[in-house]
Amino acid sequence: MPTFQGRAVVPGSVKAQALVSRQGFNTLASFQKALMFKDKSAKCSDQNNPDIYEKPMHGAALCLPQTIGSTTGGMVLYCAAALGQQPACLLFSKPIDSLAAAGAILADVWTDVSMPVVDNLGEEFLAYVSTGASVEVKPDGTVVIE
Amino acid sequence: MAMILTPEQQSMLSGDKGETMAKVMKTLVMYGETFGAEKMVPVSAGYGHLVTSFGLSVMKPVYALMEQFIESGVLSGQKFTADPRPLDKKVPKNLLQDLFFHVMYSKQEEYEKQLQALGLLSEDSFTCACYLDQVGNTPRKGDVLSWAESSAVVYANSVLGARCNRNSGILELFGSIAGCVPYFGLLTDEGRKATWVVDVRTTKKPEAQILGSAIGMKVMEDVPFIRGLSNYIGTKLDDDATAYLKDFGAATASNGAVGLYHIEHLTPEAVELGESLIAPNAKTYIIDDAELERVKTSYPVMWKDPDAQAKLCFVGCPHLSLKQLHDWTAALSQALAQAGRAKVAMPTVFTSPVAVQREFEKTSDYQTLKDMGVVVSYICPLMYMNNPLCGKMPVVTNSNKLRTYTTARYHTDAEILELLSKGVN
Repeated sequence: MPTFQGRAVVPGSVKAQALVSRQGFNTLASFQKALMFKDKSAKCSDQNNPDIYEKPMHGAALCLPQTIGSTTGGMVLYCAAALGQQPACLLFSKPIDSLAAAGAILADVWTDVSMPVVDNLGEEFLAYVSTGASVEVKPDGTVVIE
Repeated sequence: MAMILTPEQQSMLSGDKGETMAKVMKTLVMYGETFGAEKMVPVSAGYGHLVTSFGLSVMKPVYALMEQFIESGVLSGQKFTADPRPLDKKVPKNLLQDLFFHVMYSKQEEYEKQLQALGLLSEDSFTCACYLDQVGNTPRKGDVLSWAESSAVVYANSVLGARCNRNSGILELFGSIAGCVPYFGLLTDEGRKATWVVDVRTTKKPEAQILGSAIGMKVMEDVPFIRGLSNYIGTKLDDDATAYLKDFGAATASNGAVGLYHIEHLTPEAVELGESLIAPNAKTYIIDDAELERVKTSYPVMWKDPDAQAKLCFVGCPHLSLKQLHDWTAALSQALAQAGRAKVAMPTVFTSPVAVQREFEKTSDYQTLKDMGVVVSYICPLMYMNNPLCGKMPVVTNSNKLRTYTTARYHTDAEILELLSKGVN
């Protein structure tokens, strides 16, 4: 099975189905409606991201290059985690950006939620993984696509 | 690599100052280690700046966190300013919108009380342009900041020569609480080197908001060194140049993720260090008239009916400086006079910090602007627009940031003047 090695920013293990954004993930735009209308499945509300628009993010292995957009991004991710709307894990092909890192770490330290975060998985990871694929994340940052 | 902490920082992390402070420190340490920081450095600026200024009813976890800080006595070690308020009675809205705003921002009053308890500078400290002289949160060159708000961070780094990373909301408060931030990225000399050289080869002064947008979309989070622009905006950081750079920077930060730029012969580090700021193998981006036109025409029109008549105009995202308020008043007076009109052709809101408005109100231009039908407000246009009701309205703006995050349609300053004086799209 194809295996990719990244860096565990927030270590943990989880199995989930992939949801792939091949473009930068706008955290505020994506979670805005889910937070506003208390949508537990957290359907993506970013109309500018056709890869994942209207697809549920809660419980998904969110695969992305980096996050983009407002500096409220980290706070939004923290809120999503605290309200139980968070993805199962965040898998970055590039080095994690400062806004996503803040959100992931805030969620780890200040909530009881487990949301493993792996970065530096490489462009080949994002090229290979597709939405719906079964993904396993290991605590050392190994990601196996089944 | 584990960070090396001072005894005081280690003591905070170990819980000697309570569990909440230990978690604040743990968060900052994890954040720093993620980016390879080897140490913390003291926050040396006088004041912090928070991006989260809005009492959105859905942000309950944020209010719970703030309450935990207040109850534990874990307060900001420095006073701070915050982004603009989301509501202002003066800004036009219909009954339904008004009702929706009050539900949406039902926590505003409660949240502002929390901010005051945590260390808000004053009740008028709500603006994204906190660095303007009248507001008083102006860092010095070399100051280390714990700020969020992308437009303020890029201005502080680039125009003032302060040092700040592009922090997320909440995390910026943690730096102000602990009094230190992890040393990486834009705090380091290496992280401030330019990995892009941008050559401005236009035939006239480029529109700040489009030039910033073009550079932001091209370089994303990298640092650009910009040549050729000082031919148009000069080599002195006067009121005109800083206003231009304020709007330019906001566009680089929102259309991309720029946290620092250098303008040859103008911004402090470019003046001091010149081309030694350019990293080896820096990439090149040439901007001419055609490139700016290409970028402008690439903006999608998000209105339901692209041919609709605009119903509202926002000018001032980021908030306008005093000089900009005077300049807009003069330009609008002239445009209206030429068009034979006394008042603007649609509801129009100019946004500016309360402290700047106070100064402006002392001048005759204030009455002139009011007589032309323009509302001057402290509101955040982005917060006004960020809801389903206002999102459906045909709104025009000269802000590329507002265009990026909302359905507002972008026009150049000259086009906005045309719209306000002639009333046609």
